[in-house]
Amino acid sequence: MSLMKLTATTAAIALTATTSFARDNVQVAGSSTVLPYASIVAEAFGDNFDFPAPVVESGGSSAGLARFCEGVGENTIDIANASRAIRENEIAACAEAGVTDIIEVRIGYDGIVFASQIDGPAFTAFEPSDIFNALAPMVMVDGALVENPYTKWSDFNADLPDADILAFIPGTKHGTREVFEEQVIAAGCEATGAMDAMIAGGMSEDDAEDACLAVRTDGRSVDIDGDYTETLARIAANTNGIGVFGLAFYENNTDKLKVATMSGVEPTTETIAAGVYPVSRPLYFYIKAAHIGVIPGLQEFANFFISDEVAGPSGPLAAYGLVSDPELAATQQAVMNNVTMN
Amino acid sequence: MSDATTDMSGGKSAPAAHGSLLSESPLMKKRNAAEARFKMYGLLAIVIGLVFLIFLVVSILRNGLPAFTQTVVNVEFTLTQEQFDEAESKMLKTAAYTEYFVNDVTQTLQQRGLDVDFDGDTIERVMGKVGGDLRTFYRENPDQIGQPVEFELSAASRVDRYLQGQLTRDMVVDGRFLEVADLDLVDALAEAGIIGSAFDWNFITGTDTGVDNPGGAGIGASVIGSFFMMMVVLLLSLPIGVAASIYLEEFAPKNRWTDLIEVNISNLAAVPSIVFGILGLAVFIQFAHLPQSAPLVGGLVLTLMTLPTIVISTRASLKSVPPSIRDAALGVGASKMQSVFHHVLPLAMPGILTGTIIGLAQALGETAPLLLIGMVGYVAREYPDGLVSGLLDPNSAMPAQIYTWAARSDEAFFEKAWGGIIILMIFLLTMNIIAIILRRKFERRW
Repeated sequence: MSLMKLTATTAAIALTATTSFARDNVQVAGSSTVLPYASIVAEAFGDNFDFPAPVVESGGSSAGLARFCEGVGENTIDIANASRAIRENEIAACAEAGVTDIIEVRIGYDGIVFASQIDGPAFTAFEPSDIFNALAPMVMVDGALVENPYTKWSDFNADLPDADILAFIPGTKHGTREVFEEQVIAAGCEATGAMDAMIAGGMSEDDAEDACLAVRTDGRSVDIDGDYTETLARIAANTNGIGVFGLAFYENNTDKLKVATMSGVEPTTETIAAGVYPVSRPLYFYIKAAHIGVIPGLQEFANFFISDEVAGPSGPLAAYGLVSDPELAATQQAVMNNVTMN
Repeated sequence: MSDATTDMSGGKSAPAAHGSLLSESPLMKKRNAAEARFKMYGLLAIVIGLVFLIFLVVSILRNGLPAFTQTVVNVEFTLTQEQFDEAESKMLKTAAYTEYFVNDVTQTLQQRGLDVDFDGDTIERVMGKVGGDLRTFYRENPDQIGQPVEFELSAASRVDRYLQGQLTRDMVVDGRFLEVADLDLVDALAEAGIIGSAFDWNFITGTDTGVDNPGGAGIGASVIGSFFMMMVVLLLSLPIGVAASIYLEEFAPKNRWTDLIEVNISNLAAVPSIVFGILGLAVFIQFAHLPQSAPLVGGLVLTLMTLPTIVISTRASLKSVPPSIRDAALGVGASKMQSVFHHVLPLAMPGILTGTIIGLAQALGETAPLLLIGMVGYVAREYPDGLVSGLLDPNSAMPAQIYTWAARSDEAFFEKAWGGIIILMIFLLTMNIIAIILRRKFERRW
């Protein structure tokens, strides 16, 4: 009998506890690229304000935005981190679930770097076309579009090492993948003339753009669905492997990784800020405007995140590897006034 | 089987052999050799198992023990009232504290006449994140403002790894986080006794930190998270599991329905834990609107996972109580319920408790379901203040915290992850030892 009473009491405690629940901390989820920066700000926010530190979860830009768009209410997240801009279909999905007012906040820029094992071959002559030649299923050889015949980097660029092609690129759920496709693969596709050849072969321009983004499936290009630690582990096990990382991750692991230059430029916060290094992308977070004023500390956290002291060039985010946004003042104004996306 | 083989071989060899039983016939030799070989295989299997175990324990200890020691810098620092007021008026107060501290320490050290060139930037790179600690200290002890205070603050993670020998000079590349020249200052400070190593209590009692502060990270908050989850699991799965098994074993009629339930329980025990995570997300968070990342939800999910284990072990131990006990109780006029609760259940208790503890230990080490209910990331960032807050405020659990640390880019966090494994193993080992003691002490054999 006493056992039954115990069960009944436990259930009762659980029930009463939930009904009286009101969330007093900010909930953030999304991009694993933004996660480090968000966790730095969250800790500093807890240290500097009387609000509890926000909870920051990982999971990837798409997963974070999907959770963001689940609806309005205390058991949905307040902020979604993303390493790419929100897409039209995501805005539509949000609106369908009642999330109509979204504030877009750009926190700064992140460089995407190619790096290989410290003891491996050095890649010092990359152009976007080289990455395309190495990873595309169909490439241009002697003016004709053929199935990718290359097995070594030196096969198509004599300045690159005589090493087997093996690349670890971010999986499709990562925001980094989109930037990688747009700024490297697509650029390489156009530069090598593969795109023109596809259009000449009867494809429409849109189809050709899509076809450009395909990667070869014979095992020389490996999608990494986990985070950069997994890419690092793969690189450590493969002398010839080359991986795609965020700048801050690379700078944290300079004793294990050797960075590759792109178009002759080495990635640093300076070259990225100056726009000389070609592969970088803006980082965002999205705030649910309906939660401002309901969840304590949300407005303060957003203001704090993009304040000059935090996201500015001498703040802790820049110290960790974020390239700060020259237009930070405009973003600060927009967040202060809760300017939502049209 | 063995009888049949002896008969057969005996029958075959008997007419042919003239010799005595003491000399080996060829067939007997073959059989003895087969037995010797089999013993060897068994021994080999055990040796391989042991080698793996030793390899595992050694690598865990080697990688994890450094997480328990920490490089600390002992310095005296005075904060004036004006500095305190000014720092408190700023947006990023902790940065102001850091600045005052770094300036003050740079001056103090330069006056000590160390043989090395350095400036504030060097000090900033050598020190860990101090702002938060300083602010907490002065807010809690306002009477210390204006007086010199001896601080023991953690050094930067790379300095820590350098002094522990995991990072050597030729591995260091000049970068944002550390420059090779900084190591000269570190060496000089170590010689002067200003930098030393100390047991890192903060690792055991502390909370998670941001990715730029590995020195301050501790597993304490997530141990508490695990504790609350285990409490939920124990309070729910023990009564439900025991009640279900008593009913199934002692009262339920044996028919197709109870057979079906039985098969389902055995199947549930084999369901991968990630499935329970998805279920928990759909049912507890999206449908029942329980808060995300809450130990209560984690506990509920793990309860689902642990229930079949407890039901199966409870039924086994109820079954092992001989029927004569029940018959005797019924014979002297006890009701069915009295016979169960006064006689059968107490005798089965050691087995039930052992099963429960093993089920709990399994739940304690489970990560997969927690991934889906929001316990991975920067979650275990403060201690709960009470029972309700412990159940409902976001918190992580030990295995989820280990997973989070292992995914961070600074290698010092990787070390923390190994240290966390040691703590988790200590808990698991303790629970298993308790289970063994209970079984040894109270188990009765008939």
